[in-house]
Amino acid sequence: MISKAELVTQLLALLPRDCVLFETEDLSPYECDGLSAYRQLPWVTVLPNTVEQVQAVMRLCHQYQLPVVARGAGTGLSGGALPHPNGVLLSLAKLKSILSIDPLGRTARVQPGVRNLAISQAVAAHGLYYAPDPSSQIACTIGGNVAENSGGVHCLKYGLTIHNILQVKLVTVTGELLIIGSEAFDSAGYDLLALVTGSEGMLGIIVEVTVRLLPVPEQAQVVLAAFSDVEKAAAAVGNIIAAGIIPAGLEMMDKLAINAAEDYAHAGYPRDAEAILLCELDGMHADVIDQIARVQIILSQAGATEVRLAADEQSRALLWKGRKSAFPAVGRLSPDYYCMDGTIPRRHLPLVLRRIAELSQQYGLAVANVFHAGDGNLHPLILYDANKPGELERVEAFGGKILEFCVEVGGSITGEHGVGMEKINQMCVQFDALELTQFHAIKHAFDPQGLLNPGKAVPTLHRCAEFGAMHVHHGKAPFPELERF
Amino acid sequence: MALNEQDISAALQQQVALAYADKTPLNICAGNTKAFYGRTATGNVLDVSGHVGIVSYEPTELVLTARAGTPLSDIESALAAHGQMLAFEPPHWGASATIGGTIACNLSGPRRVYTGSARDFLLGCHMINGKGELLHFGGEVMKNVAGYDAARLMAGAMGTLGVLLDVSLKVLPMPQHKLTLLRSGLSAADALTLMNRLAGQSLPLSASAWIDGNLYLRFSGAASTIASVQHSQQGEVLENDEDIWTAIRELQHPFFASKQPLWRVAMPQVAAQPDVAGDWLIEWGGAQRWLRSDAAAGDIRAQVSALGGHATLFHGGDRAGAMFQPLTAGIWQLHQRLKQAFDPAGILNPGRMYENL
Repeated sequence: MISKAELVTQLLALLPRDCVLFETEDLSPYECDGLSAYRQLPWVTVLPNTVEQVQAVMRLCHQYQLPVVARGAGTGLSGGALPHPNGVLLSLAKLKSILSIDPLGRTARVQPGVRNLAISQAVAAHGLYYAPDPSSQIACTIGGNVAENSGGVHCLKYGLTIHNILQVKLVTVTGELLIIGSEAFDSAGYDLLALVTGSEGMLGIIVEVTVRLLPVPEQAQVVLAAFSDVEKAAAAVGNIIAAGIIPAGLEMMDKLAINAAEDYAHAGYPRDAEAILLCELDGMHADVIDQIARVQIILSQAGATEVRLAADEQSRALLWKGRKSAFPAVGRLSPDYYCMDGTIPRRHLPLVLRRIAELSQQYGLAVANVFHAGDGNLHPLILYDANKPGELERVEAFGGKILEFCVEVGGSITGEHGVGMEKINQMCVQFDALELTQFHAIKHAFDPQGLLNPGKAVPTLHRCAEFGAMHVHHGKAPFPELERF
Repeated sequence: MALNEQDISAALQQQVALAYADKTPLNICAGNTKAFYGRTATGNVLDVSGHVGIVSYEPTELVLTARAGTPLSDIESALAAHGQMLAFEPPHWGASATIGGTIACNLSGPRRVYTGSARDFLLGCHMINGKGELLHFGGEVMKNVAGYDAARLMAGAMGTLGVLLDVSLKVLPMPQHKLTLLRSGLSAADALTLMNRLAGQSLPLSASAWIDGNLYLRFSGAASTIASVQHSQQGEVLENDEDIWTAIRELQHPFFASKQPLWRVAMPQVAAQPDVAGDWLIEWGGAQRWLRSDAAAGDIRAQVSALGGHATLFHGGDRAGAMFQPLTAGIWQLHQRLKQAFDPAGILNPGRMYENL
């Protein structure tokens, strides 16, 4: 086992002085990511300037069998970049160049530390943009987006990160540089790009990404509809899709979220509504005009108490501002809030919302619901006060129950935030022992010693047995091979 | 109609478990329309064609789940009844084509670069790994980032990592109208530039192909959109336009009739044409190019890979040799390790994709 002093000496031989942080005060900014409830100081933080330096750091860590946790902008919401106490935190923040843009081929080759929004800004002059738009897009970086397979509000029409990238360069646990995918639309052999995307830093370090770019739509329009009950709003979403319309964005908010957003953003939302829908159509001018007219009729027929078309670009931006500020707006209602991220088949929305309301009563904690209604991704925001003893534990238990119910109705414990540290126990609910074992075998293929982001994303079978999640799969009791304690 | 609905997963699981115990290689088959694809199959036939039926289909959720042996045509009819489609427009290559084979080979048609590939629309699957274990990855929701994306890994793995039991797919509404425009007298280079310039505009392009100086461009959308495309874009309106797209997708266009070896060349869309003697048919805005040529495999692959692409020997030539582009050492090592992770005894379609895999 190498000492910290010896590790620092060796790292300083590989990297410039300002790229190695080891004093507590320098390390503290890295003790957590966007999930600040979980904190841990890393042993050492390194910030390489080049891909070669990343490779050199990986070789050194492999030589001494040291854990490595990769970190982008640190905006992740599941603790995926939570440091290891005796490991190296590898920040990709200094790799932030846009390496090339191909306007005709509609691709850009970028380093992992480039911010999501910066890509769209850099290619805007060519009439192009990068489609996935997580709400943190102003700060989050593309390397982290690939690691989490990030989504956003436009996923139903434009897909997730995996649908919008062609190739990544990956540094392996031994420091080897691999090209995964290709600049063609497919590559020979297994689809390693699909495997690496969303792998939460468990399989390798992403050091370059080739993204696909789309033409900026000729026009975008948004409609707001208010409903006196959530069930009618959910039915309206199904009716829009059944009519053959794929909105660019389709968002739902419940009463508490509506009022919080209205207090904060003054977007003109109807405060007395039980639910509102925001439906955005984009594309060619003629298509948008045609579809927006049909959507307004569908919403009225579904029982909307109000259907309002944003008259101009300014009012469109204002309607979205309310939705996009929903998290900070809800954050003003209480000292802390905890953001959940389950997905469900959309038809079960009324059932799931009823269950959340029951749990809210049971745990004595208020919940505001924000929902990517088009793709079934639910973000319940649980309000709490971390300074009250035991309240965080209550929130975590409540949140866990919501995720388990999402699995019960055929959904998933995470739509876009990732498992990280936060949802590791719920993985035992969504997957059985054989499936988790298969995940560990995949991990082993890339990282036999388990040095990359240890303890995250995929729980050990022992952890699941301790957690006691009873995933009864195909009628069999889970983890029969393990003793109970 | 009797076989429209049948679940033989238990029997399939038992056969794989037995083969694992005996280390007997299995050749996974259903409709046999892709028997020509890849290296020569060996092993005992594992017949999935009896595992049929649409398990669930929710038009308002845009999700369909079907057993692997379900005929592609059954799925397409069920979707069409609700005005929906498989947006990756898979090729059939025969009436008995199944959804399992389509996903296992990751086959997509003319719309691929404009809406996505088979892999892109795959949401989840049940599968049997090489130890005879029944596993479920992904699901029936659009967004799901729990665990590694092992479901999408199955797309294009040609059954070498698992036997697909059922697949859940995202589906999309069929566009109401379409229009194909023909522009003549264009070189391959001109066509590549034009296809990509148009794809960079807010236009409802849904297919593109170039052959013998003719560029075909298909647009899909609402009536008013198609009218505005017809007004703004040059080209002669092609009657019975679906014929050309079907002919290319099903490899029935006269181009494919030659006895010369047929290569599928995947390229960055705007890459120049490789310097290989032969005849070319370009589609997918340049991302998929078909080549009929007697040139040596090594020369073709060297030319293509220097331009960022890869070449697959599709028809003709030595099926005991390399059909797919050889992999670099680091990537090959990952392939072997993943094969070991899913199929430690090496019984699932061994050698079908690469020798020793």
